Amino acid sequence: MTSATNTVATVADEVDLTAAHGYTARARAFALAVLARGQVEVLQFFRSKDAVVFTLALPVVLLAMLASIFSGYIEHTHVHYSQVYTTGLLASGLASTSFLNLAVAIAGERENGGLKRLAGTPMPRTAYFMGKAIVVLVTCSLEVTVLLLFGHFVYNVAFPSTLGRWWTFVWVTVLGATALSLLGIAVSSLPRTARSAAPVANLPLLVLEFISGVFVPFTSLSHGIYNFAGVFPLRWIAEGYRSALLPSYFAKVEPTGGWDHSTMALVLLIWCVVGLVVAARTFRWTGRGER
Amino acid sequence: MSQDLVIEATGLRKNYGSTVALDGLDLEMAQGEVLSLLGPNGAGKTTTVEILEGYRKRDAGEARVLGEDPQRAGSTWRARRGIVLQSCEDVVDLTVSECVRHFAHFYPAPADPEEVIERVGLGEKRNSRIRGLSGGQRRRLDVALGIVGKPELVFLDEPTTGFDPQARRQFWDVVRDLSREGTSVLLTTHYLEEAEALADRVAVVNRGRVVASGTPRELGGRQEAAARVSWLGPGGWQHSETREPTALVRQLEVSFGGEIPGLTVARPTLEDIYLRLIGEASCEEESCEEEKGAR
Repeated sequence: MTSATNTVATVADEVDLTAAHGYTARARAFALAVLARGQVEVLQFFRSKDAVVFTLALPVVLLAMLASIFSGYIEHTHVHYSQVYTTGLLASGLASTSFLNLAVAIAGERENGGLKRLAGTPMPRTAYFMGKAIVVLVTCSLEVTVLLLFGHFVYNVAFPSTLGRWWTFVWVTVLGATALSLLGIAVSSLPRTARSAAPVANLPLLVLEFISGVFVPFTSLSHGIYNFAGVFPLRWIAEGYRSALLPSYFAKVEPTGGWDHSTMALVLLIWCVVGLVVAARTFRWTGRGER
Repeated sequence: MSQDLVIEATGLRKNYGSTVALDGLDLEMAQGEVLSLLGPNGAGKTTTVEILEGYRKRDAGEARVLGEDPQRAGSTWRARRGIVLQSCEDVVDLTVSECVRHFAHFYPAPADPEEVIERVGLGEKRNSRIRGLSGGQRRRLDVALGIVGKPELVFLDEPTTGFDPQARRQFWDVVRDLSREGTSVLLTTHYLEEAEALADRVAVVNRGRVVASGTPRELGGRQEAAARVSWLGPGGWQHSETREPTALVRQLEVSFGGEIPGLTVARPTLEDIYLRLIGEASCEEESCEEEKGAR
């Protein structure tokens, strides 16, 4: 009986405490939850060593293979195919670490009950997505760094030559990763089971990679296809990386005749909004048939 | 609503397509009570629990849990109840200690994670990866995650499935401790001896309704039911069902002139009562006149 009364008293104290500190207490709890989620997400990523190695290695291996198949210079330039492929694989690697990884990871957590368990705690729901943002930020930074260093030392890709070009490199990475992550969250609700998540998310990504001039040099793509790819984010991310890393005269051989930063930013922003709206409307904390 | 009720549900209804899962279920639970929901698979236990936990929406009916509607309640409410889920395979790359600490972060006034780990009997495994835990150890971790927020009300959905008898006893002690501290516990289980050992009250659910509720000793008129007296007579085993077993035993004592060979006096077990309740309820719609007749 005494213990029951004590419980009630403690609860009453807490209520008073929350009332007094209301806003700060809630902000603190939120920050704590976000940090905890971010820490656990990053910890779990690095604990699965094979995933780390293969996630980082895949674009590098693809780059090495493509660069060995297509040798020589792009017509009318002194830019080697391998250098263009470096920029393309930067875009592709960004898509794998954000879009693909999130779609597969979230589908898995939905099926194995991880999401359901989190939804049952007082964790602010936003904290879960902030945790994902943190892990995507860490993994994408790693991925991009590895590819940039590999391209630089193996294929002589120059680092961005001006502050302006570094800025382009950063905003293309951040905006691109944001759009692709939101789309990855949206797509995570499509597969019926966690096992089918990878194929479901891979198909659209592979199509985009082929039509956006990532795997096939854009010089070999028809204008129609390349323009169609312009509806989607990947082509613009690849173009953004070219504009940050390749010599400025290269802009002239682009199918569009130049690097269009404002359309690039606009398309990526639109996909951020689309991804956010679809993700918010379709996100489920429990598995299929558990409603 | 009454101050002393932590759960108050009336007329809960839920359909999945054309299947009726809940058909006007009523349930009440007092503060500090350990209430056990019993029922066959598909009776509506899990649906009921998930509606009360806030996971599922009801089609109709009223529900108050800790004074709030679970369908609308926010994170302050979520911090006041703890959930032990049926089976989870998440966070396998963390250690036990990391995992419990992580979940403690979400609660305003959590218990000491190390203490909770000790309490569920995972002390020696605190630094082991979850991937390497046995099924029973994972269930204990599930329990730890459900109680680390020091909830006023704990939902335990078939918590000891897959436990060996010793682990089950240990787990029962955890529940008794919680109850002693004033925590209310809603427990669903398949094991009748578990309900009998832990529950202050049991409610039998069948076909989406509570068909009977009461203390384990009194459920379905158990304490008044006829006793079965058995003894070894001159011509072999003899049985008699009687409402006055004492009188019969006295009579037998006289006729045997002292000790009665092989004497047992048994009331129906909780299982007998349970099976009868489940049987009766399903007889309403099916033709099982014979079964009724046999009884």
